Amino acid sequence: MNSSKVLEVILAISAKIDEEKQFLTQLDNVIGDGDHGINMARGFKAFETKIPAVEGKDIGTILKTVGMTLVSTVGGSAGPLYGTAFMKAGMANAGKEEIDLAGFVETLGVAIEGVKMRGKATKGEKTMLDAMIPAYDAMKAAVESGMDAKTTLDIGVGAALEGVEYTKTIIATKGRASYVGERSIGHQDPGATSFTNMLEVIAASV
Amino acid sequence: MVGIVIVSHSEKLAEGVVDVTKIMADGCPIAAAGGLEPGVYGTSFEKIMEAVESVHGEDGTLILMDMGSAVMTTEMVLEMLCYDDVKMVDCPIVEGAIAATIAAVGGADLDACYEAAVSAKDMNKL
Repeated sequence: MNSSKVLEVILAISAKIDEEKQFLTQLDNVIGDGDHGINMARGFKAFETKIPAVEGKDIGTILKTVGMTLVSTVGGSAGPLYGTAFMKAGMANAGKEEIDLAGFVETLGVAIEGVKMRGKATKGEKTMLDAMIPAYDAMKAAVESGMDAKTTLDIGVGAALEGVEYTKTIIATKGRASYVGERSIGHQDPGATSFTNMLEVIAASV
Repeated sequence: MVGIVIVSHSEKLAEGVVDVTKIMADGCPIAAAGGLEPGVYGTSFEKIMEAVESVHGEDGTLILMDMGSAVMTTEMVLEMLCYDDVKMVDCPIVEGAIAATIAAVGGADLDACYEAAVSAKDMNKL
């Protein structure tokens, strides 16, 4: 995948988040502060205005700009979390014009480390990590066993969706949802859901 | 004098905390970084950065945050600014701000203001 295709995929992610913003916000209304979808959509829309500045640039610059824009415009925790994820992903791809499947999975691993560091979070706390980590583990195994991009990404989406289902069964111990405590059981995590939305778009693009 | 920054999801809350500190510590360089944009709750990277720059002097700056993105966004601002004399403090935001600003106008250094803010955690109300 070259840098113009990466930009195309990010625009498709932006469109998907815009489509899903009511649902994501609804999820967040139940267990959080009800702003996830609207905030994420605002962040990606703000990136769209920066396209002229990043068109033709390397993948690292594009991803880093997405990260910086999300940090500046999202306003909720998703800003610094996804912002850090995209900025770390950008650093891992600095100067690169192409990214292959193994590079993508490796980049996701770097992004996950960024989210863990920023959120001081780990798996099992009802956060976006509960979709990200299983998706990463499944895709890493798929790449290592020689599967192609389409199959690998579909496996990743499957694992992320399972992760979202898993978030329904656990109590939130991180973020605003932790105030809701036991009442968070039965509800899926908005961050895990929005990550899965993004991965679905990436999977559909290969 | 040590500068103080109040970061909150709410513009009104951040400004309100700043107002309350004026009662006992008028003269402390203190700035509010509340809300994302007018009428929108959230935390703003730009507002936090501007607030720090507006109060930061040779004695350093102490930042008090409410929660969640206020904490994480402040961390990112500090990583960007690379000042070694700006500290975030984990404390109740109103009581901590009052304690820290009183310490600051009394001539306390950054570490002493930090300790004053932290000590607000142990102040019993009942």
